[in-house]
Amino acid sequence: MKSLGNVRRSFAPWIDPKSVPYIRFENVTKKFGDFTAVDNLSLDIFEREFFSLLGPSGCGKTTLLRMLAGFENPTEGDIFLDGQSLKGVAPHNRPVNMMFQSYALFPHMSVEQNIAFGLKQAKMNKSEISDRVQQMLKLVKLEKFAKRKPHQLSGGQRQRVALARSVAKRPKLLLLDEPLGALDKKLREETQFELMDLQQELGLTFVIVTHDQDEAMTMSDRIAVMDAGVVKQIGTPAEVYEAPDSRYVADFIGSVNIFEGEVKQNADGLVKLDSPDGFSEIQAVEDHKFETGQKLFLAIRPEKMNLTRERPTDANAASGEVWEIAYMGDVTNYIVKLDGGKMVRASTINRKRAVENPIGYDEVIWVSFEPDGGTLLDR
Amino acid sequence: MSGRWTWFNITSVIFGMGFLYLPIVILIVFSFNESRLVTVWAGFSTKWYGALFRNEALLDAAWVTLRVALLSASVATVLGTLAALALTRYTRFPGRTLFTGMVFAPLVMPDVIIGLSLLLLFVAIGFDRGFLTITLAHITFSMCFVAVVVQSRLVSFDESLEEAAQDLGCTPFHAFYKVTLPVILPAVISGWMLAFTLSLDDLVIASFNSGPGATTLPMKIYSQVRLGVTPEINAVCTILIGIVATGVLIASIVGRRRDIQRKLDEQQAAQEG
Repeated sequence: MKSLGNVRRSFAPWIDPKSVPYIRFENVTKKFGDFTAVDNLSLDIFEREFFSLLGPSGCGKTTLLRMLAGFENPTEGDIFLDGQSLKGVAPHNRPVNMMFQSYALFPHMSVEQNIAFGLKQAKMNKSEISDRVQQMLKLVKLEKFAKRKPHQLSGGQRQRVALARSVAKRPKLLLLDEPLGALDKKLREETQFELMDLQQELGLTFVIVTHDQDEAMTMSDRIAVMDAGVVKQIGTPAEVYEAPDSRYVADFIGSVNIFEGEVKQNADGLVKLDSPDGFSEIQAVEDHKFETGQKLFLAIRPEKMNLTRERPTDANAASGEVWEIAYMGDVTNYIVKLDGGKMVRASTINRKRAVENPIGYDEVIWVSFEPDGGTLLDR
Repeated sequence: MSGRWTWFNITSVIFGMGFLYLPIVILIVFSFNESRLVTVWAGFSTKWYGALFRNEALLDAAWVTLRVALLSASVATVLGTLAALALTRYTRFPGRTLFTGMVFAPLVMPDVIIGLSLLLLFVAIGFDRGFLTITLAHITFSMCFVAVVVQSRLVSFDESLEEAAQDLGCTPFHAFYKVTLPVILPAVISGWMLAFTLSLDDLVIASFNSGPGATTLPMKIYSQVRLGVTPEINAVCTILIGIVATGVLIASIVGRRRDIQRKLDEQQAAQEG
């Protein structure tokens, strides 16, 4: 059986219809005046899941998170946590902690005091608090910095203090609002893996808000791709990447080529599209029945495109001119202008250090792909 | 920016400083005058300071002023901080613009009008004028100064700090008390100090609202000056200047040190980071 990538082994509660969701958004709408931030949204998140809310700014993802934390209340609908309605439950009474985008470290308190803050509120006894603080400092590798104030720390250190503070109370659910936004690329990549380890180690449920698709892809069990207050698609990183169900999702996650055409023939699991984009026709493997004459879109990722100098034997081929080349090290991205005028992206993996006679600018070449390389979309 | 001294710069500084401080310097110098005549120098003496501490009426007035200032500054700080909070946090309530305007109006309203209107109010409700009415009047006009100072700090206050506190188990009140207040405390203290000094040197509003037995120092000084300036008054003023100057000096040194320390800390953190 073909599979769309690997998820964390044997962790897929969303597949099992008997599993009970830990968080449930039920027809939640949130309005700010005339503006609808979240529009009749329903969503299930399971225990121990690493769940990402991904979308451009203003898509309602942060509002969703703030409603879980209790800083906003739904205008309509209800949110359930562990089977209990959160209606009217104040933030300080929710078994939920949040890591803020700005980190929101208390500037007048040392690292230790910041981490101990929530524990003191919970009226833990002193020795327990100091044990827990030590444990947290060790977890985020900041033992040496316990007495420092936030302004005496670097950005990465502040981020780790914020993380330690938000998990110190051992919440069952941790909310993270763009937690890595302020870090540079290298630190961000390191921290992504640290967060994943931490989530596994403590057995927490993570709900993270991000606009960075790489971040969401790397860390999440599932991703909800949002736009204008609605969820466009929920799925594992591989599902949203390889089987997007709309052009919006296909375009938001990674880069993609989209071809438009009318269904010419639809038989034996093969759809043939009439395409004006320089291809004589496009063939795509698809079980779903489409009507003849229906307008469809084929979304295909650049790495599924082949570039050859000779006319290939692939079913879908078109010739064009190399327009742009971007050498990234691991891959090289090409933009090819097809004879029909459409620009398409193709990328090749640089598996060898040196290639004899590589494809260069202004060359006339063939672009092709397999019938099972792309996804047919009707929206 | 060039830091060079030109003739133009030097002249401006001399004129500016002279304009500001010459009268004060003269006042201080003559407080040490041996002669009773304020305008004739007759040698150095500290006798007027001694006389000052034997002048019961003046000491009484100073004591009233101090109590009025302490009490009114403290109440004005509480009220002004609350007003500033309301203005920054609840940006959508109906009539906010009107409320903002009304809070800040006393900043530009002539003292005479504030004093007179309060007097009319106290008379109308049959309130006996004295210590309490002066204090109330001072609270009224100084709380808007506190509100301005605190509001300017609150504008740059990251509200997610308060949310973080609530998220970690604080009720909204606790979150304010444990996080917001300590963070904005420097502004609250400046507000208090401003209210305190405003109350110390107010003459007009206090004159309108005082009653028997409640004379503040500025009122006392003013009434004595009308009978002729004595070196005693110069001595009182010198002491007042000394207190204010010391306060300002300490505040600026502490502030400067903290800034320098903060910069060093940040540099260190950046290097380690």
